[in-house]
Amino acid sequence: MMKKDPPSIGMRQRVWKEFSSNKAAVISAGFLALLGAVALIFFIFGVAGIGWPYDPTEPALELKLMPPDAYHWLGTDNLGRDVLTRLLYGAYVSLTIGFLAVSVSMTIGVVVGALAGYWRSWIDGVLMRTVDAIMCFPTFFLILTVVAILGPSIWNIIIVIGLVSWTGTARLVRAEFLSLRENQYVYAARALGQSHLRMMFQHILPNAMAPILVTAVLGIPDAILTEAGLSFLGFGVKPPQPTWGNIISDGKIYILDAWWLILFPGVAILITTLAFYLAGDGLRESTNIKKTGK
Amino acid sequence: MPVPILEVQNLKVYFPIFGGVLRKKTGEVRAVDDVSFTIEAGETVGLVGESGSGKTTVGRAIIKLVKPTSGRVLWEGNDTVPMHESEFRPLRKKIQMIFQDPFGSLNPRMTVTSIIGEALDIHFPHLSTSEKIQRVIQLLDQVGLLPIHLGRYPHEFSGGQRQRIGIARALAVEPQLIICDEPVSALDVSVQAQIINLLLDLQKRLGLAYLFIGHDLAVVEHVSQRVLVMNLGQLVEEGTCEQIYRHPRDPYTQKLLAAVPRLELT
Repeated sequence: MMKKDPPSIGMRQRVWKEFSSNKAAVISAGFLALLGAVALIFFIFGVAGIGWPYDPTEPALELKLMPPDAYHWLGTDNLGRDVLTRLLYGAYVSLTIGFLAVSVSMTIGVVVGALAGYWRSWIDGVLMRTVDAIMCFPTFFLILTVVAILGPSIWNIIIVIGLVSWTGTARLVRAEFLSLRENQYVYAARALGQSHLRMMFQHILPNAMAPILVTAVLGIPDAILTEAGLSFLGFGVKPPQPTWGNIISDGKIYILDAWWLILFPGVAILITTLAFYLAGDGLRESTNIKKTGK
Repeated sequence: MPVPILEVQNLKVYFPIFGGVLRKKTGEVRAVDDVSFTIEAGETVGLVGESGSGKTTVGRAIIKLVKPTSGRVLWEGNDTVPMHESEFRPLRKKIQMIFQDPFGSLNPRMTVTSIIGEALDIHFPHLSTSEKIQRVIQLLDQVGLLPIHLGRYPHEFSGGQRQRIGIARALAVEPQLIICDEPVSALDVSVQAQIINLLLDLQKRLGLAYLFIGHDLAVVEHVSQRVLVMNLGQLVEEGTCEQIYRHPRDPYTQKLLAAVPRLELT
């Protein structure tokens, strides 16, 4: 009666198999992992701890605005600080802001979307009209205003970016919940008397995880860009703490004399953003249930 | 005359239709309109009707997946309609449901152990992990599956095997009545027979009662002692298989039976 059973393959193995066949996504993910590792090492040990020859914040005016050479691979800035050191150190700030802001926005978005999509009725109405209202504001100016009032610390920036960027996630999660809640396995769980909380977070949410994860990965570069924009306008993380945005901001007045001050952080933002998009795209492809089979 | 375990009295389920800018109620769909019947312990009652006749809604209303508009659903004499979910939960052990779609009725992210174990977690929380596994293996055995299937995901099974998992999940709480919502209509004919025989076999061994919802008249006749015929939310005829299939009185039942395709050998 029963066919010979094939060896059991879990969901994760399928996704990994699909993901690893996408070269661009794997290279991007590898690059991001490397960048993350370097940023983490710089943050934990500091420049002195790993014997790095330059300091990211200490001025050395005699070396100011030196073009890239054998000692300073990416040149020095107007205070004589090594640009490569500042970029690597700034990666920590940018990535932290990216990850934590997305964590904040995902948490709010998933909870709001889940409640709205699961309960529908007036709860859905109230929550979604709130989302609409928030979406009416131009996000960047909202962030700018709040940061101007609260003061530009890393934590304020993370929380503010998180607080204004959850609306898209909430809509996505709501839509997923609206369709998934009609699945027969959800009815089966209800028929067994399962609690609402478990139905939402054990039955429905894991099945909505793929698009949520992709949105999260794609949200990180947006947060990094927002921070860069804020720093560029002078509302970001305060100098001398380097971030990719404020390195560009500091360098903009030397754009004609010292191109390396603008180019390299710009390229860093570009490559990192691109890597997140490519990795996110690979993740979307590989978690596509229709493609990998149900 | 045995006492019915389930008694449905004047059950009505209306779904409101909202329209206009202010989303005011502009009408209603009478999915189930004044339906009454009883089910006795250990018997199978067939419920037939065309698509949209409200048969699935009757099943869902009994197990409180949809809220009845009015009427009473008595389980051993107690009305379940006004019960709060916490009061009704113990009764969910007595009434279970098997679903139509063997692909949709199992959570694709859960293993067989956790799918069947969920029922045990809710209704037998005192079981230890090893006792739980033992019980799941026993349930799998009852439906013709093997212990090697424990850690597998639904996508690794055929339609018939998935339906068996669904049946094992329903059996896990040791119910007295199982509502079978078109349990075989999504399966191949040869697999249909296996599942039907499994259901009949389980009924004999465990003394289950079934409310067997279906549109395949031959299958319903094969499993049922009594048959209810529904049309447009109303019960048009009720009787033994013999009465319904050989001497239908209602014109709708006659039409339904006449619509069954027959193989003409010329």
